Amino acid sequence: MHTMIETHQLNFFYGSFHGLIDINLAVAQYQITALIGPSGCGKSTLLRTFNRMNDLIENVRVTGRVFIDGVDIYTPQTDLVNLRKKVGMVFQRPNPFALSVAENILFSVKIHKTAPASQYEAILEESLRAVDLWEALKDKLHRSALQLSLEQQQRLCIARLLPVKPDILLMDEPCSALDPMSTAHIEELMRMLKVNYTILIVTHNMQQAARVSDFAAFLYLGELIEFGSTEKMFTVPKDRRTEEYLTGKFG
Amino acid sequence: MLERHWTWHRVKEFLIEKCIYLSGVTSIVIVALIFIFLAKEGFALFKTVGVGEFLLGIKWYPISHPAQFGILPLIIGSLVVTIGATLIAVPIGVASAVYISEVASGKIKEVLKSGIEVLAAIPSVVLGFIGMMTLVPWVKAVFNLPTGLTAFSGALMLGFMAMPTIVSIAEDALNAVPKRYKEAALALGATRWQAIWRVVFPAASSGIVAAVMLGIGRVIGETMAVMMITGNAARIPTTIFEPVRTLTATIAAEMGETVRGSDHYSALFAIGIVLFIITFMINLIADIAVHHKAK
Ligand SMILES: Nc1ncnc2c1ncn2[C@@H]1O[C@H](COP(=O)(O)OP(=O)(O)O)[C@@H](O)[C@H]1O
Ligand SMILES: [Mg+2]
Repeated sequence: MHTMIETHQLNFFYGSFHGLIDINLAVAQYQITALIGPSGCGKSTLLRTFNRMNDLIENVRVTGRVFIDGVDIYTPQTDLVNLRKKVGMVFQRPNPFALSVAENILFSVKIHKTAPASQYEAILEESLRAVDLWEALKDKLHRSALQLSLEQQQRLCIARLLPVKPDILLMDEPCSALDPMSTAHIEELMRMLKVNYTILIVTHNMQQAARVSDFAAFLYLGELIEFGSTEKMFTVPKDRRTEEYLTGKFG
Repeated sequence: MLERHWTWHRVKEFLIEKCIYLSGVTSIVIVALIFIFLAKEGFALFKTVGVGEFLLGIKWYPISHPAQFGILPLIIGSLVVTIGATLIAVPIGVASAVYISEVASGKIKEVLKSGIEVLAAIPSVVLGFIGMMTLVPWVKAVFNLPTGLTAFSGALMLGFMAMPTIVSIAEDALNAVPKRYKEAALALGATRWQAIWRVVFPAASSGIVAAVMLGIGRVIGETMAVMMITGNAARIPTTIFEPVRTLTATIAAEMGETVRGSDHYSALFAIGIVLFIITFMINLIADIAVHHKAK
């Protein structure tokens, strides 16, 4: 299996706070990998090192290396724009722009000028079909995206990533604002998308990790405690802390 | 205990609701009364002067014999000064708001914000006086004019007066845009400017329109500074470097010298009606713009 994301001795500091400690991780292509662990253990921090969104925070420091598709992304030559085209991110709370549905989808195409206006319609249809929104929204493309239901908004946020053809989708608790029905729908969508994308999902919901992920990484206090196939980890955890977390002893 | 608590709560709710309702009604009634008063005093003029003659007449000679009450020069004077001030204040004001809200950080932001508040609080007479002493001679010298008391000086001065209002309200509107919009844009590979321009700005647009409208409102309603700076000649200007006189300045300058009930007196009230209608129209347009955007 091809490795899409790889970290070597990755450390992350918020000022003097050591947020990630010696993380060594390899994420396989076309698989869903779940990051699990108790609140505050560094799941979001780790996810955000992969598209360098942590750069926006003042006074942070990274050591070690992160490779995306074999390329070190923490070098002076790294082009953040290209990195973020390659590595898309879905946030905890659906955050469509206060623009129309169409403008949301076409945002990345327009800023990166990846396609001429003549292709806009095709891109709209293709992206919305990929997240199963086309039928529902094809007559509402010029409505404000804020009028959609939360589930539709989150789907739109996923669709919005697709026109620039990313390889990796980072999802930070994408269902935590959704009801169980919508959550099931988004999980279904993830299974559909993994054919074409490498997906990393942060979740505090153990059942969700068990349902959707192929691999799981358990983080605890900034350290990667255990990493492996989800099935194995959930049936025979190697580390005592993993077992305690999975059985609900803490978290 | 629970029961009492709820009753008191209800009473409080009831009182608050009625108070809000009452203040709403009061403000409507007051506006209506003002308009009725204006109309009663102003419409008397149209017994002797036609509406067309009043609005489109180019001669304002209220105390000659026979008197002439054409306010076209005043309308044009107001328009020139207002449009000029708007053209100056809006781009600079909105750009400053973007700078303060999205670019400046920490101490600079604090200092600028409180600086703007202070500017907004300076009474217009004081600004007018400062303008008269500094701006007017400067305009005269730089553009080599016979007098610095021109429409241009007035527009510049008023532009500066409207700016603090525009900056502080537009800045609030930009600040109210959730950070997650910007974050999403950046995560899609947008640069900071693309994020601000394409995402934050549209999300704040109704607030920014409101800021601009309030700024323009301040400019139209402004009297003292304009009276001190624009030269007050009731003629239709051919360039912006000529003296003009505005509607508000005319009322302020002449009201004290009129005889109650005379044509001149009514004419000034009729000017008031015109101002009222203009302001009303601008608010209406702003309202439509905001609601159109928010649909
Ligand atoms: N911007 C920040 N500044 C300082 N500390 C932070 C910041 N963001 C997160 N942290 C800290 O880093 C740790 C990991 O946070 P996070 O990655 O958000 O955890 P998780 O997503 O697993 O709940 C927490 O202890 C949190 O308090
Ligand atoms: Mg988190």
